[in-house]
Amino acid sequence: MNSTPLKMVVIVAEPVLETRLVTELRGLGATGFSILEGRGEGTRHSHATDVPGSNVRIETIVSDEVADLIMAHVSEHYFANYSFMAYVTDVAVARGAKYV
Amino acid sequence: MNEILRVNLLSPIALAFVLGVVARVIRSEFSLPKEIYQGLSIYLLWSLGLQGGVELAHATFDEIARPAVVTLLIGCITPISAYLTLRYFGRFGEADSAGIAAHYGSVSAVTFIAASTFVKGMGAEPEGFMPTLLTLLESPGIHIALAIGVMRSGSKTRPTSELLHEVFTGRTMVLLVGGLIVGFLIGEKNWSTIEPFYDTKGAIFRGALCLFMLEMGLLAGARLGDLKKVGPFLLAFGMIMPLVHGALGAWLGSLAGLSVGGATMLAAMAASASYIAAPPAVRMTLPDANPTYYLTLSLAITFPFNVLVGIPIYFKLAQMTQGVP
Repeated sequence: MNSTPLKMVVIVAEPVLETRLVTELRGLGATGFSILEGRGEGTRHSHATDVPGSNVRIETIVSDEVADLIMAHVSEHYFANYSFMAYVTDVAVARGAKYV
Repeated sequence: MNEILRVNLLSPIALAFVLGVVARVIRSEFSLPKEIYQGLSIYLLWSLGLQGGVELAHATFDEIARPAVVTLLIGCITPISAYLTLRYFGRFGEADSAGIAAHYGSVSAVTFIAASTFVKGMGAEPEGFMPTLLTLLESPGIHIALAIGVMRSGSKTRPTSELLHEVFTGRTMVLLVGGLIVGFLIGEKNWSTIEPFYDTKGAIFRGALCLFMLEMGLLAGARLGDLKKVGPFLLAFGMIMPLVHGALGAWLGSLAGLSVGGATMLAAMAASASYIAAPPAVRMTLPDANPTYYLTLSLAITFPFNVLVGIPIYFKLAQMTQGVP
């Protein structure tokens, strides 16, 4: 089966940001996303994430350009003040047209 | 006074809270499943709204007008007094001062419920429309404090409409306001069919509150370690500010014509710090405010202070203001 090379952007963030992030991802060109809840701790230890709720991991598969846009956007708006992680990996997907 | 304190400290609600704290301190694996905790909070708020609505239907405009006005006044005063105290006496930054003030401006519904259970236990039946006052006090404090924070700290603001939406559609508001409306509409006859389940003086409600308090104890216990981080000023603030706001509430409530029970509940509302509605709103709007400060203050200092000793003090203050021996 043919597969298309694309990017997967993975964001792990505080729960309060979920709704805002989803709206912004759509606005930046993501055609869909998956959200998972989880636990964890980082350089901020637990304090910044103690607002009730579980951390969210948002995954979205997008084109190279959209991945760059998303990374630039989250770097500007979230890294300074929130428990936040974002990275991009290469993926090869079936039905590539769905994601761009 | 000692007797009132003793009665309160030995109440099932207070002891359930203490057990929760102890369980966390000894690192027990016990915790209330998240769904049960959420289910209980829905049940408690919904019962409160429903019964409040049924009793609101009996109240006349004249009875409720003055208490409503002083409640709104308290909602405007408490965030500002908390902000000024933190900013100018505590020398905290704009974002931290405003973030903490948003918590003290808003209300803790569980403190309200604990106060209601306490005054009813003391035989001082409060006015039936108290839940209406709770909804009035819920949001102005958050908005005033956040507005101060956004204006003075130059935080990158987000649309006001988004913030309003968040505060007005939160769980507390939907269940309380929705419950008030439903309770108001159904009338006595329909109410009597569901009253045994939702009666806030009944065994089911009080039992559920005890379970809920266990979880509150666990949450507070988990933050005990952070008490070291907040420093002596905030430790004192978390107990003195509620006393000041509580005294204001007891005095204004009595002036507005509330009974001893009603004035005690208004005092407890004024003294309490929110930990459901305020934290996410502050986290989103004032991201540079330190969550350790506001969460530790509202959950590990002010909430236990009010539930264990504050409410009996406000009761005494209300009695003194009204000249009741």
